[in-house]
Amino acid sequence: MDKLSIAKSESVWNTNNKVLGLISSALVLLFCLPLFDLNSFYLHLFIMIFMHSVMAQSWNIIAGFSGQISLGHGLFFGIGAYATSFLFTEYGLSPWIGIIIGMAISGVIAVLIGIPMLRLHGHYFAIATLLIAIGFSLVFRRWDLVGAASGLWIPMTAIDSWLAIQFHTSKVPYYYIFLIFFILTFLVAWLLSRSKLGYRLRAVRDDSQAASSLCINVSNYKILAYVISAMMMAPMGSLFAQYILIIDPATVFNIEISIIVLLITVLGGIGNIWGPLIGASILIPISEYTRIYLGGTGGAVDLILYGLILMLICVFRPNGLISFFHRDVLQRKKNK
Amino acid sequence: MTLEIILQAIVAGLMMGLIYALIAAGLSLIFGLMEIVNFAHGEHLMLSMFTSFWLWSLLGLDPLFSLPITIALMAFCGVLTHYFLIRYILKAKMLIQICATFGLSIFIRSIAQLLWTPDYRHVENPLIEGRLEIGTIFIGQPQLFASLVCLLAFFGLYWFVSKTETGLALQATAQDRNAAEVLGIPANKMYALGWAIGLGCVAVAGSMMMNYFAVFTDVGINFALFAFVAVALGGFGSIIGCLYAGIIIGLVESLGGLLIDPSFKLLYVFAIYLLVVIYRPQGLFGRY
Repeated sequence: MDKLSIAKSESVWNTNNKVLGLISSALVLLFCLPLFDLNSFYLHLFIMIFMHSVMAQSWNIIAGFSGQISLGHGLFFGIGAYATSFLFTEYGLSPWIGIIIGMAISGVIAVLIGIPMLRLHGHYFAIATLLIAIGFSLVFRRWDLVGAASGLWIPMTAIDSWLAIQFHTSKVPYYYIFLIFFILTFLVAWLLSRSKLGYRLRAVRDDSQAASSLCINVSNYKILAYVISAMMMAPMGSLFAQYILIIDPATVFNIEISIIVLLITVLGGIGNIWGPLIGASILIPISEYTRIYLGGTGGAVDLILYGLILMLICVFRPNGLISFFHRDVLQRKKNK
Repeated sequence: MTLEIILQAIVAGLMMGLIYALIAAGLSLIFGLMEIVNFAHGEHLMLSMFTSFWLWSLLGLDPLFSLPITIALMAFCGVLTHYFLIRYILKAKMLIQICATFGLSIFIRSIAQLLWTPDYRHVENPLIEGRLEIGTIFIGQPQLFASLVCLLAFFGLYWFVSKTETGLALQATAQDRNAAEVLGIPANKMYALGWAIGLGCVAVAGSMMMNYFAVFTDVGINFALFAFVAVALGGFGSIIGCLYAGIIIGLVESLGGLLIDPSFKLLYVFAIYLLVVIYRPQGLFGRY
């Protein structure tokens, strides 16, 4: 068997019937979940898991697939949040349109950052993104048009409204909206990982010189990955703003957002499309439960755990938790 | 806007710049030695400031007298960091190295927040207080003293790395680990030494700043960001480059704040970084 066909049947995604059955039954279960009359804490937990897996997936595209480590990915989260909230409070524009505008703005910003910055290697790019994200939060903190440091209060609609994405009586509609975005994102990531684009990106990541010798335009592909990843992040910011209905620079431009997407992906397994899901399903419950039982004391117990987990993973399992399931494909084929 | 105010800003910027230079030198030394960027550098600065603060608060030692203790403790902390974390990720991918030191920074900062709460604390009645008046320019004595000590420590570091036998062994390890080991230089010990010296630099800067600066758990973030900028500007791995870069950053920060808008001070410094990495990625004095 030649190497390409082995690579194409790589990992979990040799879409055999077993895997397809597992995924479709999990999806049916997720869609039916609200019917079981869960209390709103569990709904919140699931919403947070969906949101964070999407955010981590978007980071995974730029860092896992194309190998550029962005330490300021929360930037696009904030852009998305501000786009919908500002358009709704100022012009009454439906957040659905706001989401699309937010994605477009994020895409443009990604291009503008990407063209000069993605030529940089490793540490330089990581530090540059960190500085840019902090710079944006500083600007938003002083920008009077968008409420400066006090942020934006999204006006509440009198009744639940799908048009304005506001639901005051129940969390179930939010659950479905986040679930659908979650499924869409994973579908995009899956298609990307199987497409020519995905293979080229990984070629760029593994050896950019070899890739460019095969006529792959390295910097264009990196920019493309950065734009896709930014546009994936932005809707989550928008929906998060609709979910909590008040945003300020300290929340949506928090550097912690960039940290947590990195942590989730590294914990789950970087470069694998299932990594973000695994990471989020483990980390978000830990974070929500520590917030309940240990929160309010001013101590950052969940952050201590994050830091510890991140270091342990880096030392003992650099490929993430997925490496426990992930057998070496080439090794397996040889044994047959 | 008179000449005096601008001169005043230049002096303030120079004094701050020397402190940035020493912090950046620690970062640059570690990077030059093992190609690892210490993303926890700001947290190490915070730790050294807290060490200095607690020595004053609990034992009544002035930051000036507790300087050797702080340096020793931070150097020990550096050795521990090397043996418990860095040693395992030396050969890992760059992503893993970034994540590991990033994790360390989150860990230290949140532990500090849990133990000491995010309150602002400062040393009352330090030995060095007051200000000098030269003509129409006012110079805070603690600031002046801190910057002079930092400059001294900087030249001490430079002398150590370029003139002593151990320093040359450090440089050899930085250039080629395997070749150095063949010559009987214990690379692992050199790395640990590098961490000890790197954090020792931070300890000097931290203790000296304790004379006039409040300490809180997030204090290190801005200093670390400036150190990244300084290291990029001076060229990754170049120690003398850090001196010039630190001074440039200090001047840009204080003059930019004076002439344009003080609330965007950070942005001017960040802009330098972006310009440098785009147009001169090897830095002003870089080897690469």
